[in-house]
Amino acid sequence: MAARTFTIDGKLVTAEENATVLDAATEAGIDIPTLCHLEGVYDVGACRLCLVEVTGIGKLLPACTTRVAEGMEIKTDSERLRKYRRMTIELLFAERNHVCAVCVANSHCELQALACRLGMDHVRYDYTFPRWSVDNTHTLFGMDHNRCILCTRCVRVCWHIEGAGTKNVSGRGSHSHIISDLNQSWGSSETCTRCGKCVMGCPTGALFAKGVTVSEMERDRTKLEFIVTAREKKQWIA
Amino acid sequence: MAQRIIIDPVTRIEGHAKISIHLDDAGNVSDAEFHVVEFRGFEKFCEGRPYSEMPGITPRICGICPVSHLLASAKAGDAIMAVNIPPAADKLRRLMNLGQFIQSHALSFFHLSAPDFLLGWDTPPAQRNVFGLIAANKELARAGIRLRQFGQEVIQILGGQKVHPAWAVPGGVRSALSEAGRAKIRAWLPEAHATTRVAFDLFKHTMETHKREVQFFGNFPSLFMGLVEPDGTWEHHGGKLRFTDSSGCIIADQLEPSKYADYIAEAAHPGSYLKSPYYSPLGCPDGMYRVGPLARLNVAERMGTPLADAELKLFKGLGRGAVTSSFLYHYARLIEILTCIERVEQLMDDPELGSDYLRADAGINSLRGVGVSEAPRGTLFHDYTVDRDGLLRKVNLIVATGQNNLAMNQTVAQIARHYVRGTDIPEAMLNRVEHGIRCYDPCLSCSTHAVGQMPLEVRLLGPDGALLNRVTRG
Repeated sequence: MAARTFTIDGKLVTAEENATVLDAATEAGIDIPTLCHLEGVYDVGACRLCLVEVTGIGKLLPACTTRVAEGMEIKTDSERLRKYRRMTIELLFAERNHVCAVCVANSHCELQALACRLGMDHVRYDYTFPRWSVDNTHTLFGMDHNRCILCTRCVRVCWHIEGAGTKNVSGRGSHSHIISDLNQSWGSSETCTRCGKCVMGCPTGALFAKGVTVSEMERDRTKLEFIVTAREKKQWIA
Repeated sequence: MAQRIIIDPVTRIEGHAKISIHLDDAGNVSDAEFHVVEFRGFEKFCEGRPYSEMPGITPRICGICPVSHLLASAKAGDAIMAVNIPPAADKLRRLMNLGQFIQSHALSFFHLSAPDFLLGWDTPPAQRNVFGLIAANKELARAGIRLRQFGQEVIQILGGQKVHPAWAVPGGVRSALSEAGRAKIRAWLPEAHATTRVAFDLFKHTMETHKREVQFFGNFPSLFMGLVEPDGTWEHHGGKLRFTDSSGCIIADQLEPSKYADYIAEAAHPGSYLKSPYYSPLGCPDGMYRVGPLARLNVAERMGTPLADAELKLFKGLGRGAVTSSFLYHYARLIEILTCIERVEQLMDDPELGSDYLRADAGINSLRGVGVSEAPRGTLFHDYTVDRDGLLRKVNLIVATGQNNLAMNQTVAQIARHYVRGTDIPEAMLNRVEHGIRCYDPCLSCSTHAVGQMPLEVRLLGPDGALLNRVTRG
């Protein structure tokens, strides 16, 4: 496979031709904020937090879905990027009802951690206070749509790691939401294997183990990585 | 012409409120009302949430008594799961509640109320506060602040944070008492005892110098309600409810707290967001009852710890049957601090507090759960109705301040009657009416404290609402 040489923040970097900007930056030790990216599943560029500047291209590009090219000049940090990332994270907070203080994922939440990292001290947009419900019909897990940021990690792990295909997205725009099977209660889903990978993958408190209270929802994502690695390296095949 | 005096806002209580005093045609006080002008809406916006989150959500009602809501909420969760929690969890919850009583009572006594009777009612409001107390008696103020800190430390050692620890959960608690925590609490006990002793001496002297206040600061017959053990001993987290009347007679005993609706009804009044519960067999207003330290000591036959029992004897001697003066809430509060310190001391020798068996597990086994616990200000009820998935369908919270609402109105009227003549609004009356309210240590749950200049507006209104007289300061 051919290699590509380009610069990230002025640093000369080489990567394989089909690598993404995010892969190359991570390899080079340059940290780009991400939210919908999850090790082990493909990227969709949903959250727009990994936006980078590329010289010669007017619009900002998501690092997770942009392939590297020869001679590319990439900037991962600038006043403009900081402004847009901050705006994006504020919009995520304004879009649904995120109440960190009483959330099951408080202190273990990627959205919260990123908001801190990006210096969000308040939200400049009006909160929309939408009326979303909690689906507590599953025997083991619950889903609180108020805390969902539509990163679709749960959908991707459900389809591409577990292969159950239970989770999906329904609706458009601000009506978009995660559904189970044919838009039915999670508890009535016939495809759900109760594996809990979606819960493991969720970056916020939207998916949780039933019965947990404030700050109790800690996740172990190494299990997801372990499963993917084992599958790719055929560790389970004797 | 009938008139109305309004005190707005009332300060140095937990929250915002105002007082209206109604005058009759002769200019004498006919009635008074304590209005709570804030609306919180917790009962409504908790609907739809999983019951397991409630011990995290309801403590946010208040920064002063978050533990009370935490514990009542966890108990309501226990009832929904229909489990008996592990014995160690019950003891640990009790330990946290004792810490809560100590910190809240110390706050009420030293920070909020003592400036009034130690510095004098008519000291300017800018000095009549905890900073004035520091200036006048630095050692006393420091000791009071440290006593509150002791209670807060107990809470922090168990729950990881002083305010809003989400530590109790349906089924038990999340962590045990560490050995380091146990040592820290143990080392602090002698100082806590010493401060309490000083506070007792101080208040006993105050009772000598403030005989008028004991006489008419909310001194009237009413019922009293509180939790007691089966043998009538003072209780704060378990037990059953007892009602006594002002002659000290038990009118109902060992009432199942979860069946509160059988004997407590709630009246709503226009002009206030605070509901007025009453003892339903007697109707409203005859069923007016008081809760909190005064009531708990009136319903209890003994405190259950030696030093506090000796003080309870002296306390009981102040009334004929029951102690009916609300000014003596302060005394009752000190006796409760003492028994809490003694009980913490006893618990420190219990090895079970270090147990790792702390949490029972179960699904939804009851569609309704009621959790009842004594908060520093009085009996607290959390009543949850859930669906089969554990999502809340209905929430009813009955808080101490609501239960004292009718008694606070009477207290204000009684004090105002001694000071209001005609259309004048004497400063002396304002200061004392506010203290009458402070006796109950009402918690209106916004954790706002006015320190320093007290903004106060009193309006005298005719029956047609016309402004007749107006006094502002602040």
